[in-house]
Amino acid sequence: MILEPVLEARSVAKRYPDGLALAGVSISIQAGECVALVGESGSGKTTLLRMFNRMVEPDSGVVLRDGRDLRELDPVELRRSTGYVQQEGGLLPHWSVSRNAAMVPELQKVADAEVLANRALELVGLSESTFGHRRPSELSGGQRQRLAIARAIAARPRVLLLDEPFGALDAITRAEVRHVFRGLRKELGLTSLIVTHDLSEALELADRVAVLRAGSIERIGEPDAVLSDPGSAYVSELLDRAGIRAGAGA
Amino acid sequence: MSSRGFGLVRRRVPLARWLLIGSTLCGSAAEACAQSRDAATEAQSRPVVVASKAFGESYLLGEMFAQLLEDRGLTVRRSPGLGSTEVIFQALLADAVDVYPEYTGTGLLAVLGEPPLGTPREVYRRVYSQFLDRWGIRWLPPLGFENTYAMSVPRQLSEERGIRTISDLAREGADLVAGFSPDFLGREDGLPGLRQAYGLELSQVRSLLQAIKYTALIDGSVDVIDGYSTDGRLAEADFVVLDDDLGFFPPYEAAAVLGAAVQFEVPSVVPILTELSGLLDVEMVRGLNRRVEAEGAPLEAVARDALIALDLIASEQTAESENQSDAGATSTESDRNGLLAFLWARRDVIAAQTSRHLFLVASSLVAAILLAVPTGLLLERARRGAEGVIRAAGLIQTLPSIALLAFTIPLLGVGVLPAVVALFLYSLFPILRNTFTGVRDADPSATDSASALGMTELQVLRHVRLPLAAPVIMAGIRTAAVINVGTATLAAFIGAGGLGDPIVSGLALADTRLILSGAIPAAVLAVAVDLGLGWAERGCSPRI
Repeated sequence: MILEPVLEARSVAKRYPDGLALAGVSISIQAGECVALVGESGSGKTTLLRMFNRMVEPDSGVVLRDGRDLRELDPVELRRSTGYVQQEGGLLPHWSVSRNAAMVPELQKVADAEVLANRALELVGLSESTFGHRRPSELSGGQRQRLAIARAIAARPRVLLLDEPFGALDAITRAEVRHVFRGLRKELGLTSLIVTHDLSEALELADRVAVLRAGSIERIGEPDAVLSDPGSAYVSELLDRAGIRAGAGA
Repeated sequence: MSSRGFGLVRRRVPLARWLLIGSTLCGSAAEACAQSRDAATEAQSRPVVVASKAFGESYLLGEMFAQLLEDRGLTVRRSPGLGSTEVIFQALLADAVDVYPEYTGTGLLAVLGEPPLGTPREVYRRVYSQFLDRWGIRWLPPLGFENTYAMSVPRQLSEERGIRTISDLAREGADLVAGFSPDFLGREDGLPGLRQAYGLELSQVRSLLQAIKYTALIDGSVDVIDGYSTDGRLAEADFVVLDDDLGFFPPYEAAAVLGAAVQFEVPSVVPILTELSGLLDVEMVRGLNRRVEAEGAPLEAVARDALIALDLIASEQTAESENQSDAGATSTESDRNGLLAFLWARRDVIAAQTSRHLFLVASSLVAAILLAVPTGLLLERARRGAEGVIRAAGLIQTLPSIALLAFTIPLLGVGVLPAVVALFLYSLFPILRNTFTGVRDADPSATDSASALGMTELQVLRHVRLPLAAPVIMAGIRTAAVINVGTATLAAFIGAGGLGDPIVSGLALADTRLILSGAIPAAVLAVAVDLGLGWAERGCSPRI
């Protein structure tokens, strides 16, 4: 590929006081691509994700956005132009649905922040007239997570980072929110990086899957490729545990 | 108490005086009126502050000083019932108090720390010259009576165990319970000295206020007390005063003690108060004490009657004094009508004390909020060192309130300012801790995502952490306020007024209604503050 990747990490490493999180990982994500970072807790997947909006700074290595070193960018500006969704939603509990959705456009001081927020709410299936004045606590779990996605895309970012976005949802709601997410990806042409511990979810949603283990990438590839060739005993075991028989997708 | 300690205090006097001016300025409007009236009548540069300690006779003598000075045209500010010798003497050094009744023996032992030697005349000469040389403090000629410690036991105990002298008490003391005044427990001429001189060991020592000691002795809760030889009640019941067979207690001649500044700033105080010298004898004082402590006569009336009997107040005063004794009669009558009538009769006083109380609480609280909330926010940002700072504020909280109040005296004198400072220090911890933890623990996923979506740290603080922490911070403010309403009653010990005033003097004079006239409003105030701030707490909780 000659195209410059939208997101790229080169040999990034990170050590926390209680242990190693990342041991020199490299990955690149092309425009419009959705890559899933899969692994058990402590594998370093969230650390890697949060390097792309400078919520975590690497000890060594370089992180790039559209070919530019993130260290050259203002972290606040970078974050405002990067969507972010986390497992618990992270909604502001004392703000209305509308205000939550308008948060990033308001921070960017965009004139039509409200219009952008309403459009985002519609995209995730929460109409402003019905839900706009409610508090997050007055929404169901699935609605809250859809609101979190609406908030993340309201300012029309090109990149969306999602940290276990469906982790706290029951199976039916999860399917519904995933459906919303898939629709948005196509409609908005988002480049997205999604962290999940659920390998089957990763295989279903992502264009490519990166399996992390103890701070390193164990296997990276398209879902079919991973399924047909797990590449390591660890990945096979993960597939087994997820109830997916290796080679089934081939 | 070492002279070196006082030397340190002495150097701080200018600061203390400067601060006293500040505290006087923010004092009551009544004071301002009194000062302006004074300026109109004569060239008295400032009111004379007359103080007393928190026991009946001291109140009475102080009131007599005050009335005599007023009769001679001077403006007086009363600061009755100050905590202890330590507190009142520090205040005198700082010129926060101008005059109070003291006893020569107390001056010799408790202040100078010298051994109890000599005749009354020698002791007076010693304290006179020492106080003048060291601090410029003047002892006026003695009032004419001695009030020594009268270690007393019930007659039955005395006869059963053969306890007639303090030596006998030391021999028999191992299973006896003592009830001593707080002052006596720490003084060189009190328990520590007795222990040394007589080898006195008791099974238990309780701290009792002067006014309830006799009751405790009669009902058998204690076996021995430190009575005063002028106590009106000593003659009443069946007690034996133990002979000081080793001559431990020095002579305790009562006299007026004048601070250094007042002698030059209002020189007429010296001749006026000297008029009282030599006029009071033991019999008379015992009679006056009995009227105040046993019969519950109003202090003002008893003092006035005494001054009239001594021909120090002219007969024109009679009309006014009759009004006063009318007031006394009304109060005795309302005794029968009960507590409510008494409270109603004192409604103006109670209102004034309540508003002073509220002023103490509110001003200290506002100051604490202004310091502790921003500090809590800074500590939450810095984190490092936060634990240490919060622990230090917590340490202040563990100091006994009366001790904290006493610490402020050498620096700030007595009155409103040191009380506000002490209450302010007390308020810091709950507000600081709640601000810190409230902001730190505010919905971590909300603060994290707000930051990850591009809020600056300041925006996260303003839009997320503070609104979510507001109820927690308010709860800290509420805790501080309610504690302060209670603690402010102790401010009476350092002359700050408020609802502690009637509690302290009621305790000293064994006047239950007087105690309740402070305690009930204080309790109501505490509940009201709690409810009011509880309502505010809900009001500032964000709708979630």
